[in-house]
Amino acid sequence: MYKRVMPNGEIQKLIITEETAKIRPYAVAAVLRNIKFTKDRYDSFIELQEKLHQNICRKRALVAIGTHDLDTLSGPFTYTAKRPSDIKFKPLNKTKEYTACELMNIYKTDNHLKHYLHIIENKPLYPVIYDSNGVILSMPPIVNGNHSKITVNTKNVFIECTGTDFTKAKIVLDVIVTMFSEYCENQFMVEAAEVVFPNGKSYTFPELAYRKEIVRADLINKKVGIRETPENIAKLLTRMCLKSEVIGDGNQIEIEIPPTRADIIHACDIVEDAAIAYGYNNIQMTLPKTYTIANQFPLNKLTELLRHDMAAAGFTEVLTFVLCSQEDIADKLGLDISATEAVHISNPKTAEFQVARTTLLPGLLKTIAANRKMPLPLKLFEISDIVVKDSSRDVGARNYRHLCAVYYNKNPGFEIIHGLLDRIMQLLNVPPGEKGGYVIKASEGPAFFPGRCAEIFARGQSIGKLGVLHPDVITKFELTMPCSSLEINIEPFL
Amino acid sequence: MADGPVAEVLLRQLEAADGGLDSADLAAKLGVDHQAVVGAVKSLQALGEIIEAELRSTKRWELTAEGEEMAREGSHEARVFRSIPQEGLAQSELMQLPSGKVGFSKAMSNKWIRVDKSAADGPRVFRVVDSVEDEVQRRLQLVQGGQAEKLAEKERSELRKRKLLTEVTLKTYWVSKGSAFSTSISKQETDLSPEMISSGSWRDRPFKPYNFLAHGVLPDSGHLHPLLKVRTQFRQIFLEMGFTEMPTDNFIESSFWNFDALFQPQQHPARDQHDTFFLRDPAEALQLPMDYVHRVKRTHSQGGYGSQGYKYAWKLEEARKNLLRTHTTSASARALYRLAQKKPFTPAKYFSIDRVFRNETLDATHLAEFHQIEGVVADHGLTLGHLMGILREFFTKLGITQLRFKPAYNPYTEPSMEVFSYHQGLKKWVEVGNSGLFRPEMLLPMGLPENVSVIAWGLSLERPTMIKYGINNIRELVGHKVNLQMVYDGPLCRLDAEPGPPQTQGAA
Repeated sequence: MYKRVMPNGEIQKLIITEETAKIRPYAVAAVLRNIKFTKDRYDSFIELQEKLHQNICRKRALVAIGTHDLDTLSGPFTYTAKRPSDIKFKPLNKTKEYTACELMNIYKTDNHLKHYLHIIENKPLYPVIYDSNGVILSMPPIVNGNHSKITVNTKNVFIECTGTDFTKAKIVLDVIVTMFSEYCENQFMVEAAEVVFPNGKSYTFPELAYRKEIVRADLINKKVGIRETPENIAKLLTRMCLKSEVIGDGNQIEIEIPPTRADIIHACDIVEDAAIAYGYNNIQMTLPKTYTIANQFPLNKLTELLRHDMAAAGFTEVLTFVLCSQEDIADKLGLDISATEAVHISNPKTAEFQVARTTLLPGLLKTIAANRKMPLPLKLFEISDIVVKDSSRDVGARNYRHLCAVYYNKNPGFEIIHGLLDRIMQLLNVPPGEKGGYVIKASEGPAFFPGRCAEIFARGQSIGKLGVLHPDVITKFELTMPCSSLEINIEPFL
Repeated sequence: MADGPVAEVLLRQLEAADGGLDSADLAAKLGVDHQAVVGAVKSLQALGEIIEAELRSTKRWELTAEGEEMAREGSHEARVFRSIPQEGLAQSELMQLPSGKVGFSKAMSNKWIRVDKSAADGPRVFRVVDSVEDEVQRRLQLVQGGQAEKLAEKERSELRKRKLLTEVTLKTYWVSKGSAFSTSISKQETDLSPEMISSGSWRDRPFKPYNFLAHGVLPDSGHLHPLLKVRTQFRQIFLEMGFTEMPTDNFIESSFWNFDALFQPQQHPARDQHDTFFLRDPAEALQLPMDYVHRVKRTHSQGGYGSQGYKYAWKLEEARKNLLRTHTTSASARALYRLAQKKPFTPAKYFSIDRVFRNETLDATHLAEFHQIEGVVADHGLTLGHLMGILREFFTKLGITQLRFKPAYNPYTEPSMEVFSYHQGLKKWVEVGNSGLFRPEMLLPMGLPENVSVIAWGLSLERPTMIKYGINNIRELVGHKVNLQMVYDGPLCRLDAEPGPPQTQGAA
């Protein structure tokens, strides 16, 4: 239905020079001849370009679209790249000429265009398209020239798409011309344009390729879960604007894929269209016969068991954030961030997203701070993952499942937190005692009150610490009462 | 209290009284605080029909502090009168006296005194009459004596205007005999004691009635977090359906497993800094399964496995970029890859419920971290109909029976479906999940056999929890700003129980 046609006279030519290679090497072009715009069609034309820019063009970085009133211009057109100071023109909707440098400055405060400046800002040469009289059509991907501005009265449109992805540029051009060729005098006809690359190679655009794919009817039936005849399937697909007919042994369906369907890249895309035409809610629901025995992930199974008994021991579960500030896991606990082996996020929007937690303690203390009005004592716990760097892992970091509990009251309650540890060991069937059991040994740490801290050893391995928190820690987390805490890694108990 | 001395006296007084007595009167008579009498009345009332007490509001007139002073010392005008000797008093001197200013004008208007302006050393005040009757003082004393009613209305309001008198509302009880009146009240017991049991004395003792309307003492217990209670239920549902739990204990993932292996192109907007948390340290994945990586690269850039591919230049550095996983589908990809290495192929059902991270705009229902629930079935010949069937079983276990499906788009599934259920409270169809068949471009490079299909679906954990527990702001549920009282009070998580009255306005 959509056709590319050669013009009656000279074909419009766009010549690409080698200067574009380093910045924005690809360009495609086409002409919509004798088009009739109304206000609605015009608005829609502009909106389509914006939408394409936002999605498939990936915010103009991959492809930028320029549409021009051909009658105000004179081909052949040249697509080149020049020094910003050498580019001077009157851009769209402005009243005087500016150099590209000036425009970069002006658009810094333009809410719409400021997002695209970075694409070319720091490059030595900026892309620019001229006509044969030196009129600038556009400076992609930023802005078009005012000279060739399209209005409701425009009759002939010259479309150029420049970019860094050739495939996408071709697809974008195809989408625009197929959508709007409907309003041309020769409906669905698009006038060809020629693009000449620096190496001399010449292409004719738009491609408007139709391709034919052959899919077996039973494949579609099998994937969707229906039992339609090949003829019916062909009808369904044709309704989806994929013209289809049964061929060959009666089981094959030949499908014509129009240029408007760049999304069809595999038979599964055709299967979906068939299913949509059939109606999802018409498909019969069946259960897979897949017989499997389920297994729990051992670490999660252990966590579930422990959680319930922690609550039975009188502690309340909380769920805190993995992402936090550097301060939370270092300064406020008397540590230097480099000692934590923490994973750092790049470009965090706020301090709350600087690092991934290496300890559950800050989250629990922040929960107490946010619930100051609750009656004392506050007994909270969390069994969840922390993250640390680990070069033995394929990504360079790993999670550890920690269990952390805090007791917050008028008295620190070390014996209560210690008692909780004893209970946990009892539940894990780890007897007290150095040989094959658990033992706590006096220790110290910047987060703990001197003389009130112990390291926990289970089966010879250090699994964590417990103790009364240092007053500095308490005040840094905006708390006022004494507090004791316990944090252990539960993975050794798997 | 009912056995206290005040109560006993009250009962005896009542016995002697005709009709009844007033609590305030009794308090005055006994010389006790009115509240003590009120307390006795109330505790006697609690015993049953011993007394009848009617609440009454009485108004009494009382003197203000100034009024009391005047009742003692006399009114200002009388004091002024008394302080003027026979020969008169200089007005300036008079004004200096304590009652001077106020008393002067009053005494003048009463025509008790006069001023001689023409006196030699300034205006002089003289008595007009020989003696006066201090009416004001007399009236105040009447009120003080409790006989305010003897005064006329006009006289009372005059005194009130001078702020010497106030009207006080007194709530008293009019107490009369009840049907079970008796002057002897035996002491009531509160509770059984060991001594009573052993001595048997409980048989002869009356026991104070219980107030069954009061609350009991809540046991001192710990609590589980509501979101995690819901997680436990979902885990249970999957296990009941034979799904094996996938390992997901890795928040950090490479772009390769999070995007590329899922056939999500490197140019996809989701891979922008805006939507994904990329890492500064460690910035890149150290190891990737290179032969698999090559197959993925080829499929993206050139196609293959029956696909056209995306035809763009796929870059290894892009795939190495580490990030905080944006979905648990990366864990599913790892699991399917492991499954594909096992020959011959055995069908599998997997699930996971774990945390994911999105660098998006935050609002009342969105946080940067949330939990994703994912279910996956890999077997020969699975269809869209099977996906819908298993979704129906899954949602039935959640108490959701009415389901509808709508076409959708995901980069890594085709066909894709959005799943909707009818929400009784909101009276509309709401989205409850997303699902689809994984694309062949994702499965085949892994090494899975060609006729194996993989169906998958996912939903967030937070949304059904917020709807179930009637929570509007996600920060009250997840994170340190949690409302601990809500955690303490949260009911059992029973996903298939009848929904309660709707409390959210489309937390959806």
